[in-house]
Amino acid sequence: MRFLTLRLLALLSEAVRDLAPLLVVIGFFQLVVLRQPLPDLGGLLIGVAAVAVGLALFVHGLEQGLFPLGENMAGAFARKGSLTALVTFAFALGFGTTIAEPALIAVASEGACAAAAAEFIAADPPAIARYALHLRLTVAVAVGIALVVGVIRILKGWPIHVLIIGGYVLVGVLTLFSPDEIVALAYDTGGVTTSTITVPLVTALGVGLATVIRGRNPITDGFGLIAFASLTPMMLVLLVFGVLAGGR
Amino acid sequence: MDLLPGIADALLATVLDVLPLVAVLVVFQIFVLRRPLPRRTLIGAVYVVIGLALFLVGLEEALFPLGRAMARQLTDAQALGPESSPTDWANYGWVYAFAAAIGFATTIAEPALIAVARKAEAISAGAIPARGLRVAVAIGVAVGVAVGCYRIIAGIPIVYFILSGYAVVVVQTWCAPRMIVPLAYDTGGVTTSTVTVPVVTALGLGLASAIPGRDPLIDGFGLIAFASLFPIMSVLAYASLAQGRRLTRKSDPPRNVDPQEAP
Repeated sequence: MRFLTLRLLALLSEAVRDLAPLLVVIGFFQLVVLRQPLPDLGGLLIGVAAVAVGLALFVHGLEQGLFPLGENMAGAFARKGSLTALVTFAFALGFGTTIAEPALIAVASEGACAAAAAEFIAADPPAIARYALHLRLTVAVAVGIALVVGVIRILKGWPIHVLIIGGYVLVGVLTLFSPDEIVALAYDTGGVTTSTITVPLVTALGVGLATVIRGRNPITDGFGLIAFASLTPMMLVLLVFGVLAGGR
Repeated sequence: MDLLPGIADALLATVLDVLPLVAVLVVFQIFVLRRPLPRRTLIGAVYVVIGLALFLVGLEEALFPLGRAMARQLTDAQALGPESSPTDWANYGWVYAFAAAIGFATTIAEPALIAVARKAEAISAGAIPARGLRVAVAIGVAVGVAVGCYRIIAGIPIVYFILSGYAVVVVQTWCAPRMIVPLAYDTGGVTTSTVTVPVVTALGLGLASAIPGRDPLIDGFGLIAFASLFPIMSVLAYASLAQGRRLTRKSDPPRNVDPQEAP
């Protein structure tokens, strides 16, 4: 118990250090540039304390629970030796964590409204809702595919830069054939798919796989899953909504 | 300030967020791998959910409203003075300064990046220091958001920036040490998370609606793309610099971490 308290205190002081730049920037611009007093200083301090404690607990929980779990599961899949099981897990993990992602839900409904404004689809609510759902499904399938490709890359030891650079060349080509509204939307879906809890778990999975498979290096082969998860949504949204459907 | 109901709401929202993830993990752990869930994992998951909920509610109650209000005020046409012409990019000095400063500060506080950087430091046995990596990423986001603001103000199509940016990344990939490349690519996706996205999006939307001839729907959202592209460049550059410095120091020969070249 005493060890845990010390550990949390250490993490808390680190969290305060991590938040310091944000407080300095906000304080400087509020007081010096905009020349306004800080509204509700007490509330601000309580809020900052909540952020700092939250960050410390989050990091502690990750290192206690999620990181070991991701690595253990990677090891168990490798020992089980079933590629089907591993690939199914990778797809389910990518699809499952993305389909319910709040940031994606927000971007998809904004994208559907933009598509209605650009007259790609009818401007009535059912059509907009259907378009937003199709967008979410497309992005979730794309993230599922990303983790499958990423996991196979780790198993085979393919060099990542060839796949990623090839992918971005493909995105560039698809961009040329897509309407502007879809391009902006597609580029944004790449950024919203990787949430705060998914990133550490997926990282632990990749590093765990690269650690247990002989001939793979955790650093050069273990990272990269997140990069795939940011790339494939752009690709698939451009392909499905931009090129094949012309915005529809 | 109503912090307690806020915490309850955030807790519920976080639990709902992680539900699909937990479902996938539990199904595969118990039915496919046929292993129990260790108690440590469950306790850790509770810490993660409570921590994230507190983190989010604190941001939402205290820091985001201020950040958003600042972004609005700085991009307000009146803040720029009556004599300034609204589409001249040179009139927005404080906007660029704020964009860079807030991009840097939010990235340093980003929990997903903290997690990935700690992992990288642990498995590289300290060869990739967590703090150095995070500062490199934060500098990338700072430059990216500032350049993105310039793009919105000057009205240049985003495609030029993104495509030339990736061309730079391709060249850097060739020159950078091999071990950093996958991690550098990953940081692009990691930075655009809980803290950075809301403040930076508010800045983009504020700029796009304050400047005549810009459409918030098309021009307001591109900042996130910049915030994911520039960290790749800055991390690759940081690694090249660190390697160069190690090579020039004779007493400290470069450590070989590339598995292909290891004996």
